[in-house]
Amino acid sequence: MQANAAWTPDQPIVSVRDVHKSYGKVEVLKGVSLDVRKGEVVCIIGPSGSGKSTLLRCINALVGIDKGSILVEGQEVHDPKLDKLELRKKVSMVFQQYNLFPHKTALENVMMAPILVLKRPKEEVEAQARRLIKKVRLEGKENSYPGELSGGQQQRVAIARSLAMTPDVMLFDEVTSALDPETVKEVLSTIRELADDGMTCILVTHEMGFAREVGDHIYFTEKGVIVEHGPPATFFKEARDPRTREFLSQIL
Amino acid sequence: MTSLEACVRESKARISAAASGERFASAFTPTAAFVILVACAIPILTLEARAQLQSTVGTQSVLQSLIKWFPLILFGPPREFGGFALNIAVSFLAMALGTAVGIVLGLGQISIHRPLRNLAWALTQFFRNAPWLVLLFFVMLLTPFQIRLFGFSIPLPGWLKASVGLSLPIMANMSEIVRGAVNSIPTAQWESAESLAFTRLQTLWRIILPQCVRRMIPPWMNWYAILTMATPLISIVGVNDAMTLTQDALSAEQRTDLLMPMYSLLLALFFLYCYPIARWTLWLERKYAVKI
Repeated sequence: MQANAAWTPDQPIVSVRDVHKSYGKVEVLKGVSLDVRKGEVVCIIGPSGSGKSTLLRCINALVGIDKGSILVEGQEVHDPKLDKLELRKKVSMVFQQYNLFPHKTALENVMMAPILVLKRPKEEVEAQARRLIKKVRLEGKENSYPGELSGGQQQRVAIARSLAMTPDVMLFDEVTSALDPETVKEVLSTIRELADDGMTCILVTHEMGFAREVGDHIYFTEKGVIVEHGPPATFFKEARDPRTREFLSQIL
Repeated sequence: MTSLEACVRESKARISAAASGERFASAFTPTAAFVILVACAIPILTLEARAQLQSTVGTQSVLQSLIKWFPLILFGPPREFGGFALNIAVSFLAMALGTAVGIVLGLGQISIHRPLRNLAWALTQFFRNAPWLVLLFFVMLLTPFQIRLFGFSIPLPGWLKASVGLSLPIMANMSEIVRGAVNSIPTAQWESAESLAFTRLQTLWRIILPQCVRRMIPPWMNWYAILTMATPLISIVGVNDAMTLTQDALSAEQRTDLLMPMYSLLLALFFLYCYPIARWTLWLERKYAVKI
């Protein structure tokens, strides 16, 4: 992705316009649009199967789209000529099931991509990886294998692994859904610190309390469309759409 | 209708019995191994006793004959490579060849290029479902006894051709082991590697295959044991392996009382070699089953 001359940091860093996506005959996204500004924390909520995770995967070009446009820093993500490597240096993703590499230690998990993909020198990457492991409060676990860590610890390693690519935008796909209630907190506080540092974050989450506290903007999706969106203060108190109200009444 | 159901039930029972074969194998303790060896020794010893009763001057006892022929069956004729050692050498060579080519073929089966994938699949299926003996004859008859390379004639000895022949089914089964192991790794691993901008090749070599190795080792060792037990097939194509030499010894002796003891000796040799491999495989299977 070449630096796009038309894009300036005061424009949305991620701009999704009328995106459609089908898996076979099932239309998962039916014209979704949203904007994320630099440093903003956007939370996407909604019932299961409403297309939230698919939307994140489209932004990262892990899956293609059928119609519409997704711009990241002014560059079309689904342009066939796009260098996906350049995109993924800018947009990093953390998964629900952590997906750490089980045959590598925590430190190696964090170091692999910067060394192999970004071709940075090993010493420099190792120093950075140790800093990141410290940042996610896992000092002393550098040489542990994922199988030896709890879910919450693995998820924090996964966050450190994504941060090691020094992305501009981070995507979190239900990152606390597979965790015990006690370990949810430690992962959320890690994300909160990232948000406080000014990282642009797009979170798909079921943690309403967290979305209300950390989110700058909340999107509610159902059946592949965005039903309603707004800043948390108005969204949670004065939801207008009956579908949003019903969802919130069930979950809160 | 009921007889059909009964039939289905019976065949299901048979399938589950076959599936539990592995469980029987795990119950196969060193004690059982000892029992089998004793069972092999019984015909030798009883015939030995009978032979001693009948022995006249000039005729050797069964045991004496076995001892006399044993070095030949183990190592082949003097100053020649053969016997059981040749069986083992052929098994090593065929395994090495089959594994190397099989890995390539297995990776071909998971290629994103459809023609390559289809070709690798077809080759795999063909050689997996071909009788080993026919493949062996095919290679023996298809390849010349020597090749000319840069003006030199290089002879192609029978054992080399036999190894190539036996490596073909190993190659096909290795291909399936690789394909199966790669497919058994959760797709989430591919996805997370992709999100970190690894190329497909990097993902395969650095992330997927290292996780496959421990899954592939037990079935790979299992195929090695099967291959070793199949090496007497090469006696049919005129190689001086343990089987050929046992038959040679028997025809030299012209004694029917030696038939059972000699073949028992051959069985015991293969058993002593293959059984520890089977035990080791089981042990590895159990060890890896807990970890992943």
